[in-house]
Amino acid sequence: MPETATAPAPVVLGKNQEPAPGQSPKGRSLWSDAWRDLRRKPLFIISAVLIVLLLAMVFFPGLFTSASPIDADLTKHFQGEPNYGHFFAPDWFGYDGQGRSVWARMVYGARASVTVGVVVTLVVTILGGIVGLVAGYFGGWLDSLLSRVTDIFQGIPFLLGAMVVLTSFAERKVWVVSAALIFLGWTQIARVARGAVITVKQADYVHAAKSLGASTSRIMFRHIVPNALAPVIVIATTALGGYIGAEATLSYLGIGLADPTVSWGIDVSSGKDALRTAPHVLISPAIMVSITVLAFIMLGDAVRNALDPKSR
Amino acid sequence: MGRYVARRLLQMIPVFIGSTLLIFCMMYVLPGDPVRALWGEQSADPAQIAALKHQLGLDLPLWHQYWNYLTGLFQGDFGTQIASQRPVADVIAQAFPVTLRLTIFAFVFTVVAGVLLGLIAGLRADKALDRVVLFFTLLLISVPSFVLGFLFQYLFAFKLGWVTPTVQDSEAWGQLLLPAIVLAGLSLAYVTRLTRTSVAENLRADYIRTAVAKGLPHRRVVGVHLLRNSLIPVVTFLGTDVGSLMAGAVVTEGIFNVQGIGNAIFEALNRREGSTVVGIVTLIVIVYLVASLIVDLLYAVLDPRIRYA
Repeated sequence: MPETATAPAPVVLGKNQEPAPGQSPKGRSLWSDAWRDLRRKPLFIISAVLIVLLLAMVFFPGLFTSASPIDADLTKHFQGEPNYGHFFAPDWFGYDGQGRSVWARMVYGARASVTVGVVVTLVVTILGGIVGLVAGYFGGWLDSLLSRVTDIFQGIPFLLGAMVVLTSFAERKVWVVSAALIFLGWTQIARVARGAVITVKQADYVHAAKSLGASTSRIMFRHIVPNALAPVIVIATTALGGYIGAEATLSYLGIGLADPTVSWGIDVSSGKDALRTAPHVLISPAIMVSITVLAFIMLGDAVRNALDPKSR
Repeated sequence: MGRYVARRLLQMIPVFIGSTLLIFCMMYVLPGDPVRALWGEQSADPAQIAALKHQLGLDLPLWHQYWNYLTGLFQGDFGTQIASQRPVADVIAQAFPVTLRLTIFAFVFTVVAGVLLGLIAGLRADKALDRVVLFFTLLLISVPSFVLGFLFQYLFAFKLGWVTPTVQDSEAWGQLLLPAIVLAGLSLAYVTRLTRTSVAENLRADYIRTAVAKGLPHRRVVGVHLLRNSLIPVVTFLGTDVGSLMAGAVVTEGIFNVQGIGNAIFEALNRREGSTVVGIVTLIVIVYLVASLIVDLLYAVLDPRIRYA
């Protein structure tokens, strides 16, 4: 999301400021407030249900279909219309050009997409977070240097850069695609983290900790990181959906994941020549991509609303 | 003002050199060989490959190659394609106007429709219409552009028969309408959401209350006071978006067979034609940098409190 996330007001109370006995022990941290807020939001509940379903597909695809996604039977080449009444049967969404069950490929495709999305988001958050923390906290020449490097990476269009990196690899497994997306994707988090750290650094409790003689690492990890985390989490959650979309786009272009990895992007690409005669081959995986991205974007929206005190 | 522009232009130089160097390194350091690709599947004579590489200067150390490329670039020489012997400048000159047209089309559509929808939604925040617009943008963000492209192609070309499935003449404005709308989809959703948030927030501002209280007509309050103040985050987004629109054209042009730089870069990538890829990406980086400069200058127009010394 391009919206500039403002650092939330630090509402976390220190350990020794726990409410005195007798007062109601309400959770007062930003996180528990956010969690209480989240649980009531329909947006969050819908996206959580969708994500749980997707994770079930990732870990236990056998629960959803008995067919194998790579079991090709050419006698079933584009055979017939999909039988929308045959729930969870191999022919639920018909067969593709190779005679493979479209439904099985829809289920098994979740693994690659979700893995790429989660791995890229985790690594990018840590990597970008560290760069942002170092640049924002130490400032000076280190900040200038890191910011210029961020600018340089930011100048290259994300999709084009990933294409350039990926065409060099003959064997494009999940980790190769993830690495390419990480290589170009960390700048967004780094910028947001840097901004959040700079805001938090000026807070009174940081000056207090410093004057009490706290070490740099203690100030960084006990005081700054927990309070600068919220905007980073918001951007990361929303970005997850974007990375899944990017993986699908690259696979569709033929330079992302490659056979035999089952990927929705590849399936859309292989269905495009039969769009006129057998649209279900293209549309079914396309719907899966869209639902997956939708689920994570909605989660990001819900998390933002919960963590941004201004919107409450 | 002049000094500010000059300083910004100077600051662009390191970013420009860094970005091109990065793409250059990615193109030349990573495995894949344009000379070897000339032979395709056939086995090639190593001596022949080495001779050709020497002739093309591809056996020089990387920094030397980059230096040669950069000095060529400043003399207006984008290099030559290895397989077709065509100057890269020719390829770009043919393809760039098409993509530029597509991008301008998409950009105008994004601005007009996005700001309008955002304004409508923001003025009635949390009402039914606002919910509809929000849901619609959520859908647009979730559907990747290649899916949207095929959906439109299926619907408008195969089902309704309003347009041809692919673009026959990349020079014709009318035929670019559908690809442009597909290209604009994601940006449209973001612009709508940004405008909506910004409008809804500024609606509560003191200056709006003052404007209403002193009896200005509703049109003037919204059109001048509200809109002008709400557009700053939108303009920020639009500045960075021009570059992504051009990059996104790779997908859209592929679906609708538009002969623009997206298609050119895709072909070049498959043949590992470094000079073409670097040339086109360089061009997009320049567009991106110039757009972000224009955005910074627009801030001062929108908000007179911002002054550039």
